[in-house]
Amino acid sequence: MASDLVMLRLDKAGHSYDGERWQFRALDLGLSAGEITAILGPNGRGKSTLLRVLAGLLKPTSGVVDCNPRTGFVPQEFSGAFPYSVLDIVLMGRARHIALFGTPGPADVEKAMAALDATGMADYAARSIGSLSGGERQLVLIARALAGENDVLLLDEPASALDLKNQDIVLSLLGRLADGQKLAIAFTTHQPNHATAIADRVLLMLPDTQTLFGPTEVVMTESSLESLYGVPVSAVRLGSGDREETAFVPLFRQRARRSGRHG
Amino acid sequence: MSSEGAARRPARATIVLLVIALAVTAVAALGIGRYDIPFLRVIAILLAPVSPPDIAVTPMEANVVFTVRLPRILMAVLAGAGLALSGAALQGVFRNPLVGPQVVGVSSGAAFGGTLAILLGLPRYGLLASAFAFGLSAIVLVYALNGIVARRNILALVLAGVVVTGFFGALVSLVQYLADTEDKLPAMVFWLLGSFATANRDKFLLVAAPVVLGGLLLIGLRWRINLLSMGDEDARTLGVPVEPLRWLVLVLVSCIVAAQVAVSGVIGWVGLVVPHMARLLVGPDHRVMMPASLITGALYLLVIDTVARTATSTEIPLGILTALIGTPVFALVLRQTQRGNHGL
Repeated sequence: MASDLVMLRLDKAGHSYDGERWQFRALDLGLSAGEITAILGPNGRGKSTLLRVLAGLLKPTSGVVDCNPRTGFVPQEFSGAFPYSVLDIVLMGRARHIALFGTPGPADVEKAMAALDATGMADYAARSIGSLSGGERQLVLIARALAGENDVLLLDEPASALDLKNQDIVLSLLGRLADGQKLAIAFTTHQPNHATAIADRVLLMLPDTQTLFGPTEVVMTESSLESLYGVPVSAVRLGSGDREETAFVPLFRQRARRSGRHG
Repeated sequence: MSSEGAARRPARATIVLLVIALAVTAVAALGIGRYDIPFLRVIAILLAPVSPPDIAVTPMEANVVFTVRLPRILMAVLAGAGLALSGAALQGVFRNPLVGPQVVGVSSGAAFGGTLAILLGLPRYGLLASAFAFGLSAIVLVYALNGIVARRNILALVLAGVVVTGFFGALVSLVQYLADTEDKLPAMVFWLLGSFATANRDKFLLVAAPVVLGGLLLIGLRWRINLLSMGDEDARTLGVPVEPLRWLVLVLVSCIVAAQVAVSGVIGWVGLVVPHMARLLVGPDHRVMMPASLITGALYLLVIDTVARTATSTEIPLGILTALIGTPVFALVLRQTQRGNHGL
């Protein structure tokens, strides 16, 4: 499934805002075409910082980032100040291809519509972004990144604020984009099951600047997730026949207390 | 593609209607005043150089239309267009619909330059040059201050504008305090209140160059302003060089505003109110909203100036009228926008 065409690479890279506390250090990471990488870590550990270093928004404090100019970044949520139409938003993804004093032409509109088509949002083109649900906005932001004809797609918690159905829509879209358009994709998430669902590789941002990076089935274990979050995690085998998968279930203390009272 | 065309067609039709309304209003305004000329007669006078009318144009008519009213009307049109376009660009760049051309400190810098020139008794062109120079120096100060505080921080930029505005505001008060109350203080007060009463061909040319040039460049950047309005980080991920582009917009706005204040004093509220009207008419996309602002601004200030010179036997200072009319209009427009807005 994975080709070896590396589209974006971190070489012994590290980042620290104050020179004392490091978000990551001496990290080697490669994003390959057609491959999905999930980045997991506790709150405030530096997942978003890593994503911004990958995107070239932040310079690494040490080491080298081999940035790719054809990188699309999908923010966690829409941050615009004005209720532009969906098509206007997606057209913004064409910015790198349009001259300083230029405006998008028919060819750009065509590419934007194709991107909206790929995310299943073509019917929404004329709607105002303000009238869309959170899940729909996320799909529009992904379409915007696609309209830029990028090789790499970086997504900051793309499914964190979505309900189960929209999580399913976004995750399967990312899977299709990796398989069909051979994009190199990396996303941050708090849901281990999102990683097992679509990721080929997983990066765990463990305590004390340690990281663990490797194929999903190798990295995602009960013990590694427990040391990642500090909460006991149980791997449950589900399904049968051709669809068998592992789900990770956290064993919250609260549930133990209640079952002790009633059971 | 068809949906893009369909979405933008009404906006284009609205802009065409605005242009027609502006042309009709301008011709009507040429006839309105103490010496009234009927609308069709104004058209005949305007066309006289190409096709002489049946009743020959009297020297009085030619004088009123071409020498007295035309420069004033063109200046009002240019100033209104420039202020509204500046406001539209700034609201996009600062991602804040409550921002106007005053926010970058240029108006108050130019106001200080003008009052200082009156205090020093500089001749007319000295006043224009001084107002323009201090207006531009305000933006240089804002840039320097922003650099000292935090180069990439947009809030620091707004605060730098507030500081520079306050500084020049204090200097204007100081100059007024020093001025002699018989002669120079009234001149300063009237100049600061804004007026096109002293419009002539030279002043028109002086304001035309920066406004037309800066306006054309701003219009050229109208789609980039969509990108800037998404926020700094988002714009950067889209490949936009945020800081240089923002400063380019600010410098263009400064040239327009400094030129306008130099020839006609401080005219508030136009740059704040008109972009909201334009957004109501054609939507938030700066590609159509900025041209719509430009024409609406021209129309708006032309109407207000015509009222200012004809409503009473003496002229009403423009700054008073734009504020008196602008504030309730702003409240109404805001109410409309809040209704049509989907929670953003």
